[in-house]
Amino acid sequence: MSDSYSLLEARGIGKAFLGITALDGVDFSLERGEIHALLGENGAGKSTLIKILTGVYSRDRGTMHLDGSDVTPASVAEAQALGIGTVYQEVNLLENLTVAENLFLGRQPHRFGLIDRREMRQRSKTLLARYGLDIDVDALLSSYSVAVRQIVAIARAVDLSGKVLVLDEPTASLDSHEVEMLFSVLRRLREEGLGIIIITHFLNQVYAIADRVTVLRNGRLVGTRKLSELPQLELISMMLGRELQHITREHQAQEETVAATAEAPIRFAGYGKRGSVAPFDLDIRPGEVVGIAGLLGSGRTETAFLLFGIDRADSGTATIDNQPVSLSSPEAAIVNGFGFCPEERKTDGIIGDFSVADNIALALQARQGWAKPISSREKQALAESFIKSLDIRPPDPERPIKFLSGGNQQKAILARWLATEPRLLILDEPTRGIDIGAHAEILKMIERLCSEGMSLVVISSELEELTAVAHRVIVLSDRRHVAELSGDALTADNIMQAIATSARTEAA
Amino acid sequence: MIHSRNLPFVTTLGIFVIAYALCILQFPNMLSTRVIGNLLTDNAFLGIAAVGMTFVILSGGIDLSIGSVIAFTSVFVAVMVGSLGVHPLAAFAAVLVISTLFGSLMGAMIRYLGIPPFVVTLAGMFLARGAAYLISTQSVPISHEMIDTIQSFYFRIPGGGRLTALAMLMLLVFIIGAFVAGRTRFGANVYAIGGSEQSAELMGVPVGPTTIGIYALSGFLSGLSGIAYTLYTSSGYSLATVGVELDAIAAVVIGGTLLTGGVGLVAGTFVGILIQGLIQTYIVFDGTLSSWWTKIVIGILLFIFIVLQRGIIWYSNRRLAEGRLREV
Repeated sequence: MSDSYSLLEARGIGKAFLGITALDGVDFSLERGEIHALLGENGAGKSTLIKILTGVYSRDRGTMHLDGSDVTPASVAEAQALGIGTVYQEVNLLENLTVAENLFLGRQPHRFGLIDRREMRQRSKTLLARYGLDIDVDALLSSYSVAVRQIVAIARAVDLSGKVLVLDEPTASLDSHEVEMLFSVLRRLREEGLGIIIITHFLNQVYAIADRVTVLRNGRLVGTRKLSELPQLELISMMLGRELQHITREHQAQEETVAATAEAPIRFAGYGKRGSVAPFDLDIRPGEVVGIAGLLGSGRTETAFLLFGIDRADSGTATIDNQPVSLSSPEAAIVNGFGFCPEERKTDGIIGDFSVADNIALALQARQGWAKPISSREKQALAESFIKSLDIRPPDPERPIKFLSGGNQQKAILARWLATEPRLLILDEPTRGIDIGAHAEILKMIERLCSEGMSLVVISSELEELTAVAHRVIVLSDRRHVAELSGDALTADNIMQAIATSARTEAA
Repeated sequence: MIHSRNLPFVTTLGIFVIAYALCILQFPNMLSTRVIGNLLTDNAFLGIAAVGMTFVILSGGIDLSIGSVIAFTSVFVAVMVGSLGVHPLAAFAAVLVISTLFGSLMGAMIRYLGIPPFVVTLAGMFLARGAAYLISTQSVPISHEMIDTIQSFYFRIPGGGRLTALAMLMLLVFIIGAFVAGRTRFGANVYAIGGSEQSAELMGVPVGPTTIGIYALSGFLSGLSGIAYTLYTSSGYSLATVGVELDAIAAVVIGGTLLTGGVGLVAGTFVGILIQGLIQTYIVFDGTLSSWWTKIVIGILLFIFIVLQRGIIWYSNRRLAEGRLREV
C-alpha cells in the first residue's frame, strides 16, 4: 500500500558550516494532507533544514525519502522537479514582471517558436481562479499587495511541484484579514492531499492552521508533536528550553535593594513607534541589568532599535538626569552615553576587513567627532588594554577581525563600547553563536560591568541566561510589554507563563 | 490604461514628437522622407549596437567594449578585404564569429568568476582597442565590387528619400530584437535576471547560459555594427568610434530602459536613437551651432530621464503603500 510511508521522511540530517554545527541528527516527517509547522528561535536550524529539503544546501549526513524513494535534490530546480516547491519570505517573485510572466517564467506556452501571450494569460487566469483570485494578470506584480503576491507565489510553486509546499514565514508582513485569506488557501491545498511545511513564529497561527509541529533548538530536534495534544505552555517551553527550573541567582538579592531605592536617571515614558513597538515605560537605574524576553518577532530587537535611536520613536519622551533628550539617531544616542551590540554581529556589528584595533576604536572615534582623530599610538594602547582585560584571542590588535572566532568578535564589540565608557549598554543576543567558554565569560563580564555602576539592557532568547543575569525582566509579546518580573517572581516558568497568557488572550 | 512600466517609453515618444514638431516649425524642410532616410542611415551602426546594449542593460549589466569592438571590426574587415583580398562575405563571417566569441567570453567571466560587468567589459574595451591598433594604426581604405553594390543599394521612398541597405539592416535588427526581448524565453529570462538575479535563479532561470547569451548577443551586434560602420565610411580606422558605447547607453536610457535593469523596451531604444539623430539634424540645419550641442542636449535629456525614472519608482511605491493602508 502506497500510504504506508510518509510523503517526506528525513532522518538524521546533519549539516555543518566551516566546522560549526548547524543541524545535528534531525528527524523530520511530513504526511500527505498535513500542515506541519516548523518552529525554533533564530539560529535553531530551521532555515538550514528547509534549505536542505529544498535543494539549496546539500546535507552532510542523513537520508531523505520522498514518496518512499531515496532523493537528494542538488538544486532548487531539481527539488521542484521532484515535487518540492518553496515560497521564500523575501526572495520571491520578480516584481518587474507581470503576474502571468511570473507564473510561467521558464515554462511559457509556445506557438511558432514565440511565447503565446494569449494562452499564457488564459492559463494564468484559470490557475489563479482556483485560488479565488480574479486579478489583471497583465499588470505588474509590484502593483499588488503582499498577500496577493504570496498567493501567486504559492500558485506557481504548487503548479510546478505539486507534492510538498514549503512556506518560509508567509505571514510575516500580512494583516489578519490577509492571513485568513492565505490560510483558507492552505486548508484547500491540504484537502487536495498536499503536504505543507510552514515556518512561522506566531504561535496562535500555528494552532489555527497546523496539524503537527516540530521544534528545533540549537540545531537539535526537541520533538515533533500533535498540536491538538500540546498545551501552549508546553510548546513555549519546548522552544525556549525546559531545563530551566533550577537556576542559581546568587548575586541578585543584595543588589536589588540598592537598585530599587536609587533614583532612575534614564527614563523612557510612553516610548513607542507605530508598527514597531507599542508605547512602554522604562526606568533604568545605575548598576541595573534589565532583561528583555519574548519570542522571535515579539518586538525584542525593535525595542533595542528604539532605545538606541536606530528607529525614531513617534510617541513618548526620553529623559536622562531629568533632562529631556532626543534620541533621533545612533549618533545622538552615543553622545548621550549609550552603546549597542546588535544581534547580527557579522552584518551590523563588525567591519570584517578592519583590524581588531580599528574596530575597537570606532565608537570612541564617533563620539569624539571625526575632526579629532585618535592617533595610531592611542588606538594601539586602547586595543592592547582591552585585549588584555577581556582576554581577546589571538592577542593581535592588527589582525582583521573577520579571522576571529564569534566569541572573540563579540568581546571586541563589547570593548568598542566599553572604550566610550557608556552609562547604558544595550546587548542584543550577546551570546548567540559563540562557544560555551566565551558564553560564561560574557555573562561574567555583564555582572562585573553592572557592579561598576553601568546600566545594561540585555535581550536574549535564552531564558536561563536572562534569569541568571537580570534584576528585572520585561516580557514582550506581539510587540507589547505584557509583564515585568523581578525578585522571586523572576523565573523562567513565569516568563513562559506571561508569554502564553498574552498569546491566549490574543487568539480569543 | 498605460501601465507604469511603459510610461518612460511613452514619455520618450512624446518628447520625440514634440521636438520634431518644433524643428519643423523652425525649418519646414525637416519634414521630408529625405531627412528621415539620412537620419536612419547615419545612425545605423549606432542603432545596431544599441540593440545589443539594450539587452545588456535590461539584464542589469553594462557593456563598455562596444566602441572598441566596432573599431576592431572595421579595421579587421578593411585589412582582410582591402589589403589581403579576402571576399567581403568571408571577412564578415569571420569577424562576426570573433566578436560573438569575445562577447561570450566576457559573459562567462561575469557569471562564473563573479566579476562585475563594468570591470570585465572595461578590460574588453582596452583589449579590443589594442587588437585594432595591432592590425593597423592607419586608416585603411576599402573597395570591393560587392561593397560598392551594397553601399549604392537603396529603395526610393515617396518624397525623394532613400532607404539604404544600412538603414534597412538597422530596422531589421530592431524588429528581431523586439521579438526576442518580448516574445521568447530568452527575452523573458533577460528581464527576470534584470529584476533580481537571485530570485530568477530560485525560479529556475538558467542564469549562466542566459548571461553568456546576453554578452554574446551584444558582441555579435557590435560586430555587425562594425560591419555597418565599415560600409558607411568605406574604411577601417582603429581610432574611430571612441565612446560609441556611451552614445549607445544614452540611447537606451533615453529610450526608457532602467539602468538598474528589468524594465524597458527595444522599441524605446529606437526612439532614443531617433532623438539623437534629430538633434544632429537640427544642428546641421541651423548651421551656426557647434556639434557639441548634441552632447549638451543628450546630457540634459539623460538627466531628465534619470530623474523621471526615480520619480516613477517613488510614485509607484507610494501608491502601493497607500493601497496597503486602504486595505487595513
